[in-house]
Amino acid sequence: MPADPAPRRVRITDDGPVLLEGPVEVELPDGRRVVSSRPVTALCVCGSSKRYPFCDTSHRRRVRAVPEEER
Amino acid sequence: MTTTTDPVRTARPALPTARGPLSGAVLTALGGGGVADRTADVAAADPFGDDLQLALYCCYELHYRGFAGVADDLEWDPALLTLRRELERAFLAALRAAVPGGDDLAAEIDALVVEHVDAPGVSAHLRRHGDLREFREYIALRSIYHLKEADPQAWVIPRLEGQAKAALVTVEHDEYGAGRGERMHARLFADMMRELGLSDAYGHYLDVAPAAVLAEVNLMSLCGLHRELRGALVGQFAVVELTSSPGSDRLVRAAKRLGCGPATEGFYAEHVEADAVHEQVVRHGIIAPLVAEDPAMAADVVFGMQATGVLDGRLSQHLLTSWAAGRSALLRPLADGGAEPPA
Repeated sequence: MPADPAPRRVRITDDGPVLLEGPVEVELPDGRRVVSSRPVTALCVCGSSKRYPFCDTSHRRRVRAVPEEER
Repeated sequence: MTTTTDPVRTARPALPTARGPLSGAVLTALGGGGVADRTADVAAADPFGDDLQLALYCCYELHYRGFAGVADDLEWDPALLTLRRELERAFLAALRAAVPGGDDLAAEIDALVVEHVDAPGVSAHLRRHGDLREFREYIALRSIYHLKEADPQAWVIPRLEGQAKAALVTVEHDEYGAGRGERMHARLFADMMRELGLSDAYGHYLDVAPAAVLAEVNLMSLCGLHRELRGALVGQFAVVELTSSPGSDRLVRAAKRLGCGPATEGFYAEHVEADAVHEQVVRHGIIAPLVAEDPAMAADVVFGMQATGVLDGRLSQHLLTSWAAGRSALLRPLADGGAEPPA
């Protein structure tokens, strides 16, 4: 397979994850490695994801129709 | 590469039972009986009702898999297309009347990406209170779309250009398993159905799917098949991708609580992560360049978003009120075990 001449694009979004092109292997601080085989991977950078290191949209603003103290 | 095909998965669905004069007319036409003038019936029909929605669904199905015993070339039968156009106009007019409209795309998107923690909804109900009977009903009904997941949106590909087209194909590629047939989302959904003791045969639950279920899929087919509505299709697609992650997470929890099994948890877990990516691609890769190139598209995208919201609200209300009253949300309840065809 010929080498891909195009640099890999990494997109930092204004309100959410960092988007990485292509399948990626992510190495975590504890040495654990996780693979995402998606065409694009959303990497959590806010630390809130329950599926860290991948984004699960936990960065979203959360609102309640009924305030907590009234529940 | 294996080339085996599963006869159940590739079989064409059986024709459903008519629900009134319009669906009766379409089914007669599909049986080779010709098309009668139904203008008066279209005018009298509830545009969101069972008869019109089933009639429209059957017209659209000719563009997907067709029906057992129905000639493929009826897909382009002029009389049937004329009737379909009348049905579409009634449906579209009712949707236009039901939405506020406007072109404030940023406001629509902002509203979709706020997580309403205590909002009532089907996934919230299933997560905390739903029983296995309700969960299985939900999956049986959602199969009307999910067994052709991503297909209605594929119609829009040649109607987009440049970056918007490239980004939409990126999402579709992921929906179709990124090149691996066994990872296609429609296939993962079928795996879940079998785990839940449901039939994964395409169209199996069409006859018991109420109008609110058919209307959601009809909106996708309508917008996908009309170039004029390509912006609305993008809006519909965006709503699904922007709202799916949190809802899918709730369904993972529901599946765990109900002990459904790995295929069921896996289907929704896949959508938590996949749709977190798709949200970003849809917003920044599809909508932004589409509207930058043609600002007039904003109103169309907004319409697609609002129409999707209206139909989602109708379906949620139907499911939740049926279950709250102890009724089945299907036109006929599933048999115990569920895999047998409804009588």
